[in-house]
Amino acid sequence: MRKSWWKILCAVILLYTVSCGLLFDVPAREILHETIRNLFFHVCMWMAMMVLLSASVYYSIRYLRTQQLRDDIYAVNYAKVGLLLGILGYATGAVWAKYTWTEFADMSQIFTEPKLTGTAIALLIYFAYLVLRGSLNDIDKKARISAVYNIFAYAMLFPSIWILPRLMESLHPGRGGNPALNFNDLDSRLRIVFWPAIIGWTLLGVWITTLKIRIDLLKEKSLLNG
Amino acid sequence: MAATIFVLYLAMGQPEINVWNGLFWMIQLFVCVNAVAKSFLAESRGRMLYFYTIVGGRHFILAKLLFNVLLMMAMTLTSWLLFAVFLGNPVIHFWQFLGITLLGGTSLSLVFTFLSAIAARAQQNAALMAILGFPLIIPQLLLLMKISNIVFADVIQAGLTQILLLLGGLDLLVIVLAMILFPFLWKD
Repeated sequence: MRKSWWKILCAVILLYTVSCGLLFDVPAREILHETIRNLFFHVCMWMAMMVLLSASVYYSIRYLRTQQLRDDIYAVNYAKVGLLLGILGYATGAVWAKYTWTEFADMSQIFTEPKLTGTAIALLIYFAYLVLRGSLNDIDKKARISAVYNIFAYAMLFPSIWILPRLMESLHPGRGGNPALNFNDLDSRLRIVFWPAIIGWTLLGVWITTLKIRIDLLKEKSLLNG
Repeated sequence: MAATIFVLYLAMGQPEINVWNGLFWMIQLFVCVNAVAKSFLAESRGRMLYFYTIVGGRHFILAKLLFNVLLMMAMTLTSWLLFAVFLGNPVIHFWQFLGITLLGGTSLSLVFTFLSAIAARAQQNAALMAILGFPLIIPQLLLLMKISNIVFADVIQAGLTQILLLLGGLDLLVIVLAMILFPFLWKD
């Protein structure tokens, strides 16, 4: 019970997010209208992705310091689930853009959107990370080299996806300022669902990851013993 | 390289400014992948062992980075010359473009040198390097293309120094990371 409190918290918060996010009164905005409810899903996916990818890099650094194979398993699973959340963020974003952007912007404007290129790059980098892991056979070597690539890629990627969108014009909300959204703009009615939602989705991501890590650790154990 | 640019000339004649700019940086990218990839992939095992006995990892990667930066600068200048001969030279601000190409060559070669070190440890060919490197280099290439647009026009764009600082900062970041991370790739 003491260890599973956060899982219960996660379930409660997500129930709250989904039910209240879909039922609550939301402020009416031009163009956005009711699609603003997607804020509780789309933006939170990205936030959770960044948290999980940061966790992955943390474990990669720890691996290089300690050379414990356990840390490598943590790092790769955090990266994988982060990638999954990234894809979900893309999907929710695509749905949102369909109802808001396509009405007044043409396709070429959407394709050159810096936020979209940034996330495409992020996903490609983590796919490359998995390709790199797949191409190595030796377990220790795989762990070490992929940890090095993970740290390098993270350090290159995050400045560019935080800074690049601020330098270019964009359709995305919060242009010319914070790239994700304008926090002053956020209505208090949205805020009471939005902040818990971020925590909830992140906890769900961590939960999935811990399950995957446990499976991998068991696999490794049977590999070493049998 | 000359052959590629000549083929481009046959295919396009004298392209417009945007096309010229895009082609120029794409050619730089592929030249860089081919030239810099050699630095680690072409070393034999015996020679790596020899290097290992005489120098530390930090000095070794620093030397490699420095050599590749110089090599890539020479390559960039040569290809600019060839571009000017075959495809015309729409550059108005000579010195600015010189600075941008040198900076761009440096950025490209730094990133790809380190990636070639990773790919070489994985005992893989240049294909793996392309997979690893292209996503990483896209942001820098976008920035470079954006700022090199200024040399074709008389108007100076706002936010130029910001972008230049960002590119310089990324270069420094790559050098520092390479110095820190290379020793882990090195011992084997």
